[in-house]
Amino acid sequence: MRRALFAAIGFAALTGAASAQDLQRFDLIERGRYLAVLGDCAACHTAPGGQPYAGGLALQTPFGKLVAPNITPDRETGIGNWTEDEFVAAMRDGRGRGGKRLYPAMPYPAYTKMTRDDALSIRAYLATVNPVSHAVEVNQLPFPFNIRLSLVFWNALNFTPGRYQPNPQKSAEWNRGAYIVEGAAHCGTCHTPKTFLGGDKSDAPLAGATLQGWFAPNITTDPRVGIGGWSKDDLIEYLKTGTNAWTLASGPMAEAVFHSTSKMTDADIAAIATYLKDSGVGAAAPKPVTVALDGKAMRAGAAIYKDSCAACHRDSGNGEVNLFPRLSGSALVQSDDPTTLLRVVLQGSRAVSTSAKPTAPAMPAFDWRLNDDQAAALLTYVRNSWGNTASPISAGSVASARASLASAP
Amino acid sequence: MADPISSLLRISRRSLLASTAAFLSSASSVRAATVSQGLPWGPNTATPPVPVRPGPWFFFTADEAAIVEAAVDRLIPPDERGPGGKDAGCAVFIDRQLAGPFGRSDGLYMKPPFMPGAPTQGYQLSDAPAARYRAGLKALAAHINSAFPGKSFATLSPQDQDKVLAGLESGSIALDGVNAAQFFALLLENTIEGFFADPIYGGNRNMAGWKLVGFPGARYDYRDWVERHNEPYPLPPVSIMGRSDWSVRE
Amino acid sequence: MARKLPAKDVVIIGLGWTGSILGYELAKAGLDVVAIERGPWRDTATDFPPAYVQDELRYAIRLDLFLRPDQETLTFRNNAGQTALPIRSFVSFLPGNGVGGAGVHWNGQTWRFLPTDFRVRSHLEERYGKDALPADMTIQDWPLSYDDIEPYYDRFEKLCGTSGKAGNIRGVKQPGGNPFEGWRSSEYPTPPLKQGYGATLFAEAARKAGHSPFPQPASNLSEAYVNPLGIKLGQCTYCGFCERFGCGNYSKSSPQTCVLPALLRFPNFTAQTESEVTKINLDGTGTRATGVTYVDTSGNEWEQPASLVLVCAFALFNVRLLLLSGIGKPYDSQTGQGVVGRNYAYQTTSSVGVILRDKVLNTFIATGAHGMIIDDYNGDNFDHSGLGFVGGGYMGMWQTNARPIETRPVPAGTPKWGAQWKKATAETFNRAMSLGTHASSYSYRDCYLDLDPTYKDRLGRPLMRMTFDFHDNELKMSAYLTDRLAEIARALDPVEITPSPRKGPYTIDIYQTTHNTGGTVMGADPATSVINRYCQSWDVHNVFVPGGASVFPQNHGYNPTDTVGALAYWTADAIKGRYLKNPGPLM
Repeated sequence: MRRALFAAIGFAALTGAASAQDLQRFDLIERGRYLAVLGDCAACHTAPGGQPYAGGLALQTPFGKLVAPNITPDRETGIGNWTEDEFVAAMRDGRGRGGKRLYPAMPYPAYTKMTRDDALSIRAYLATVNPVSHAVEVNQLPFPFNIRLSLVFWNALNFTPGRYQPNPQKSAEWNRGAYIVEGAAHCGTCHTPKTFLGGDKSDAPLAGATLQGWFAPNITTDPRVGIGGWSKDDLIEYLKTGTNAWTLASGPMAEAVFHSTSKMTDADIAAIATYLKDSGVGAAAPKPVTVALDGKAMRAGAAIYKDSCAACHRDSGNGEVNLFPRLSGSALVQSDDPTTLLRVVLQGSRAVSTSAKPTAPAMPAFDWRLNDDQAAALLTYVRNSWGNTASPISAGSVASARASLASAP
Repeated sequence: MADPISSLLRISRRSLLASTAAFLSSASSVRAATVSQGLPWGPNTATPPVPVRPGPWFFFTADEAAIVEAAVDRLIPPDERGPGGKDAGCAVFIDRQLAGPFGRSDGLYMKPPFMPGAPTQGYQLSDAPAARYRAGLKALAAHINSAFPGKSFATLSPQDQDKVLAGLESGSIALDGVNAAQFFALLLENTIEGFFADPIYGGNRNMAGWKLVGFPGARYDYRDWVERHNEPYPLPPVSIMGRSDWSVRE
Repeated sequence: MARKLPAKDVVIIGLGWTGSILGYELAKAGLDVVAIERGPWRDTATDFPPAYVQDELRYAIRLDLFLRPDQETLTFRNNAGQTALPIRSFVSFLPGNGVGGAGVHWNGQTWRFLPTDFRVRSHLEERYGKDALPADMTIQDWPLSYDDIEPYYDRFEKLCGTSGKAGNIRGVKQPGGNPFEGWRSSEYPTPPLKQGYGATLFAEAARKAGHSPFPQPASNLSEAYVNPLGIKLGQCTYCGFCERFGCGNYSKSSPQTCVLPALLRFPNFTAQTESEVTKINLDGTGTRATGVTYVDTSGNEWEQPASLVLVCAFALFNVRLLLLSGIGKPYDSQTGQGVVGRNYAYQTTSSVGVILRDKVLNTFIATGAHGMIIDDYNGDNFDHSGLGFVGGGYMGMWQTNARPIETRPVPAGTPKWGAQWKKATAETFNRAMSLGTHASSYSYRDCYLDLDPTYKDRLGRPLMRMTFDFHDNELKMSAYLTDRLAEIARALDPVEITPSPRKGPYTIDIYQTTHNTGGTVMGADPATSVINRYCQSWDVHNVFVPGGASVFPQNHGYNPTDTVGALAYWTADAIKGRYLKNPGPLM
């Protein structure tokens, strides 16, 4: 009897979720829950109004639809009968069940940095989530894009699997921050510019990237277009509450703050801030010439600004802390890529609401009020006043932004 | 067309996610009736005004328009201070208003029984402004026809026009089936509205009304001027759709 | 046939100031709350952005944010000798609509009542004798004192971030504030607004006349502020588009800027908009509410069961809802019996137009609650012996705008059109200002609300009928106050002043205020009140009318909102601290 019991225990130990043998199951699951927050799994795997992690959120790619799968423990439609190794391979090697290659919509190029322990902790947590029977047809791309084999070539060029290697010359806090930023929180997936093949530009990490109507800004320490002007406390406040003395998170970052960063521990947020403030700058773009104030566009821009913007953003461009973003000295305003600026002015935007800062003020839309020339003049003015320096904006780029927003809000 | 594989590979997870509305509110869209778990928001959900465009009359016939244009130019005559009601677009304003919800009395309580009441009980007739203008202008045209044979209101001399208007105002001129004083009061009220409303509504052209009185228009920030007592405000008026200084191409 | 929804703990009728405050307090306490609002969702950037909200025609003249009479209106008559006729278009008062209610488009004038106001009958009889009050004047003491409600005034003002200067902190007079006000536990949350030229001139003249002018308490904030819910408001920009308009830059206190961002974070709170509550349902005994019935925009009827029903609509509509639901005995003015609809009152306002010589007043630079005021003639702050009236009001220069469709001062006798009109309008616009008085409206036996016998709403239910006129007391008071104000105005060395005291009869055809009060009066005696000291219905113990000016036994010489907000918090405390522990009649 006792032999059978021991055998049973041994078998469970081999196939059970607790690969970190020294963790009690409760701790493991709690750890996994937190790592899922760091990784923001819910953002894709939980459809709005849908069951947690049951998939179904459609991702519109230029080539058709991908749908995030069901990762609840349901055995038929979820990942309930996946092994440990299969789960880890999905997270870190981009390989699904049966070796199927995953599209890098799943950010395995970042998750690859995570330890096996961490991946399995997430698996342990997901195993406790309510199993939902929800069949998802993931690959809805049309031919030939639905042929996953093409990813072999993409992976060969752009994907290097491998765990995060700590830098012995940096502090433990710095390394923790790097582990999170480069791994679970996968900041580079949005913030690192992409090569023409869609892989990360390894020489310009976190230097900003445009994705379908939003510009995820430069979060290197560049003083003009990055977070060089932000203190560590500014960064911590932003990640924790969604706002700081400079700006408020909106758009896709509002979601990241709401679901992920605002729920991180203070220690982890501090670690991220430590890392980002010391991440080393990639190739900084050369500083453009400030547009002179007496040109026609600048004068028109000044009049428009005075009449339309100053009531919130002030004549000084200083805005109001935690309410109206500061435009003077703003990195986002001076970014070479004006995609976010155009979008916010034309269509408006709403800031994130967190428990610490619930206000969630919103920028109204101006597309009906300003024509292309006027919007271009206004943005040129804002980008080159109060000490700001950035390239002028053309009416043509406003027109393109309008068209893209109309087709894909 | 970009190489399909490279375009595909430019995908990153965030780029694929659908509209920001999906991010920002896990619950309702902006105009859904049930609101929970967050403030609803969606892009461009506001109701911006639709500026009036110049063009043919929407409501007035040519004859009616002729009367109204002449009338508004006497109610607010042109002089050295600036344009009168006609050049300021007051007739255009009234025309567009009558063609819209104001003309139809949309939203007012129009259930019967209709009974005359005390003056303290407000307007109790069932006719909306559109109908009142039709009837009033028709009756006025008929009056002019009989009092000034061969002429219309527009072809009277300005002095005669003024006399007619004064007669309507006092009620000393009787109009067939129409209370002249009430009709005049409505016309005057709408003329003034047109003269001072934002130019997007067709009147107050070039902000003539605002320039007349020194009203800065659709401005929203006077913080630096509250305590500058007894100093004229220096900036020109601005409309909801801007002012000439907003133009890049002159 | 109404479809039944899953039960909630609390159903709130109307999502304005009181609905938002009660919603927040009870959701925070863990209850499952649904607020049912007749109008649409409204929010700053999507509904009144500073890009097009500064549109006088749309908002101030065509009343875009307000209730459409087609959706609900009243019938009106001055006295029982007339047949009441429908108010087909709102002019004298402008009920709001939508989430935020009147809190969206109010001016922000934030006043407490005086300590003597709360015991007005006792006080006046003590001072002037029992015969001093007209026999048909039905004013009565409130069932709570100023000292009771002071902490709640404080709480509402801190929610709003109201800007002002205290005149009395815990009994110690403060220079620069209102020397007549009741004691405050603290200074205002933000400093007073900066004043314009006209108000400054008035204040100088008032001081010379021996009065103590002070800045009007304003919920248009003088500086950015974070309220106790963690919500941030911005600094008012003196735009002059305040009353009738939503605020475009988060600087006017409203449910949107003060409560909703925090309220909507509670998973146990839901707002059901564009749904009109038609009835509060009662059980077979008629002493307990089972919930409400509402109608959606498709005409479908729904039944929302709940353990607690809070009547948080606008004052007039609170009264109508109780009448239509059979809660409380309707008032009969012939017999004097009954209580629902009794003691309807209003506000008695007047003005003194002033045209100055060579001044540049820039009156278009304004906020809703901008200006300098004196309170010497409010309440019983002055000796009424021999004057022939009781009551009073504040007065001063608080011009809220110079929007030209509405505000085009000209000298008396100027024709209404033509060349002279144009000249006078151009020359006077920036040299003229309007001073005002804002005074009490006491209750009378023959001023009341009941159901109309003839006219119906779109759902076939009878409209409410308003029977109201000014009484001699109020008209004498208005004449007196206007004379006092005119005296100060003369000291400004004007070219011309035009005193315009309030004259009877009351007409619904001229805008005055939307301070409609009474009808569900709060009191100590069920024979003369609809709700008790805790705003609980005497008849149906799980129905409360938490604030809303319908609970005022009479109207005093101040705007109602501060008292409405304070009573909402007062009721929230009563519900949380007393009712929930032991549901049943609290008195």
